[in-house]
Amino acid sequence: MTDYNFAYLDEQTKRMIRRAILKGLAIPGYQVPFASREMPMPYGWGTGGVQVSAAVMTADDVFKVIDQGADDTTNAVSIRRFFERTAGVETTEATGDATVIQTRHRIPEEPLNDDQILVYQVPIPEPLRFLEPSEVETRKMHALEDYGLMHVKLYEDISAHGAISTAYAYPVEVEGRYVMDPSPIPKFDNPKLTMSAIQLFGAGREQRIYALPPYTRVVSLDFEDYPFEASKAEHACALCGATDSYLDELIVDDAGTRMFMCSDTDYCQSRRAAGHVGAQGTPVKEDAA
Amino acid sequence: MTPLLQVDGLSKFYGQRIGCADVSFDLYPGEVMGIVGESGSGKSTLLNCLAGHLPPDAGRVMFDTRAEGMRDTVTMSEPERRMLGRTDWAFVHQHARDGLRMNVSAGGNVGERLMAVGARHYGDIRSQAIDWLGRVEIAEDRIDDRPRQFSGGMQQRLQIARNLVTGPRLVFMDEPTGGLDVSVQARLLDLLRGLVREMGLSAIIVTHDLAVVRLLADRLMVMKDGHVVETGLTDQVLDDPQHAYSQLLVSSVLQV
Ligand SMILES: Nc1ncnc2c1ncn2[C@@H]1O[C@H](COP(=O)(O)OP(=O)(O)OP(=O)(O)O)[C@@H](O)[C@H]1O
Ligand SMILES: [Mg+2]
Ligand SMILES: [Zn+2]
Repeated sequence: MTDYNFAYLDEQTKRMIRRAILKGLAIPGYQVPFASREMPMPYGWGTGGVQVSAAVMTADDVFKVIDQGADDTTNAVSIRRFFERTAGVETTEATGDATVIQTRHRIPEEPLNDDQILVYQVPIPEPLRFLEPSEVETRKMHALEDYGLMHVKLYEDISAHGAISTAYAYPVEVEGRYVMDPSPIPKFDNPKLTMSAIQLFGAGREQRIYALPPYTRVVSLDFEDYPFEASKAEHACALCGATDSYLDELIVDDAGTRMFMCSDTDYCQSRRAAGHVGAQGTPVKEDAA
Repeated sequence: MTPLLQVDGLSKFYGQRIGCADVSFDLYPGEVMGIVGESGSGKSTLLNCLAGHLPPDAGRVMFDTRAEGMRDTVTMSEPERRMLGRTDWAFVHQHARDGLRMNVSAGGNVGERLMAVGARHYGDIRSQAIDWLGRVEIAEDRIDDRPRQFSGGMQQRLQIARNLVTGPRLVFMDEPTGGLDVSVQARLLDLLRGLVREMGLSAIIVTHDLAVVRLLADRLMVMKDGHVVETGLTDQVLDDPQHAYSQLLVSSVLQV
């Protein structure tokens, strides 16, 4: 690990990223350009999030990584290992024990507290991108709060599908000012965006950082007659019985049998360890935890 | 009566080349002014300076705003200018693709300006879009189609609906009938004339086509090499042009 500077990036780069983060926190929801560095992993594997994590990490931090809610996917494991090796930090799967959590596509079910930082990996930071391909124009739209187009997207959704069908990366308005892409989290997670922890968003390929300070007012865009709904599958988790968590749908056999379970693996595990059992779950033995 | 628009000494240069030079005129509420002149005479440059799409190099463009009366739109802030651009002003482009969102449905195109000024009720937006499609003679059942699936004339009518839905007071049009075939042009002109009368719109219409001017414009401005060489009531200018260039323009068209 002595081959690397702490957390891989050199101190100057980290300072540059921290300046971008501070600016982002000062202007919630505003996309701050930053000079994204080559990381020893391809774009699309969270290079933006990794750079942000590296810039905020200290030797005392406890680091957790989730990928679509799970701690055990290849992507999550490799990012966790990366910081174990380059920063020597302690890592954890327990949401409550972590001080820095890097995430792709989810917000943990367990409410975060003001000692924690949530770092999102962002593929496309610009919520207006699919409607207005010109970067010059979208920047102008943000600067001038010219956001009619965002509702055009929702209008198109309703006219084509009878309801707002956007289920991920559902656009939000931050503190009554900037419209922001919350990254591809399910819209079920949108209400959690107003929280006690600091939230930082890093887009590596697109070289943008943006942020939400604690308790920032974040509102999901909608129409009066088609209000926003934080929907999820109408089931309980098959393993832990939770009815309040976001569920993944799994096909469990060749007959196409479906099973719903918590996408947040730590949440599910903790509930089972506490004695909750779902319809298809088995009680957890004391020594298994 | 106070003018709706008061233009004073407006000039725009492209490097050494003159775009338009020292243009001054007043436009009164409910008045339609035509701008004619040969290709390259500065018509589009002038129109774009008036509509805030191009920054002029000199001059003032005073507009009678609802809130604060006469304001110079050249020196007002960009957000204020944009707000005018989606409320009191409308701009109809020659090419519908410049004035429409080609990957958004007809209803979305018409609704955009409503949403841009704060409309948040889907049902209301949709019924206003249906109403406006009807007024420009587009069948209600085309509301979810994209403009690509429309003919050139329909696209142009959709562009007009999209622009007029917020009840603007001043409409800028750059060759609104250009590129359409003659019978389609005639129908569009008819429609425009009806809307202008019915809504009491003020408009500035750039065109090559003196027939358009005769049908729509109360007053006429003739441009050459970036300068206004003659202005007057449309019939006067067309029937008794004073400037040699206007005489040439009128006679060449009338011979066709
Ligand atoms: N973007 C530009 N850069 C440089 N010169 C320009 C530009 N746009 C227009 N011009 C020049 O300014 C002059 C006026 O052009 P403009 O487009 O306003 O004429 P127009 O009367 O609208 O012509 P047309 O009838 O062909 O549309 C022309 O000499 C033209 O070449
Ligand atoms: Mg032109
Ligand atoms: Zn569960």
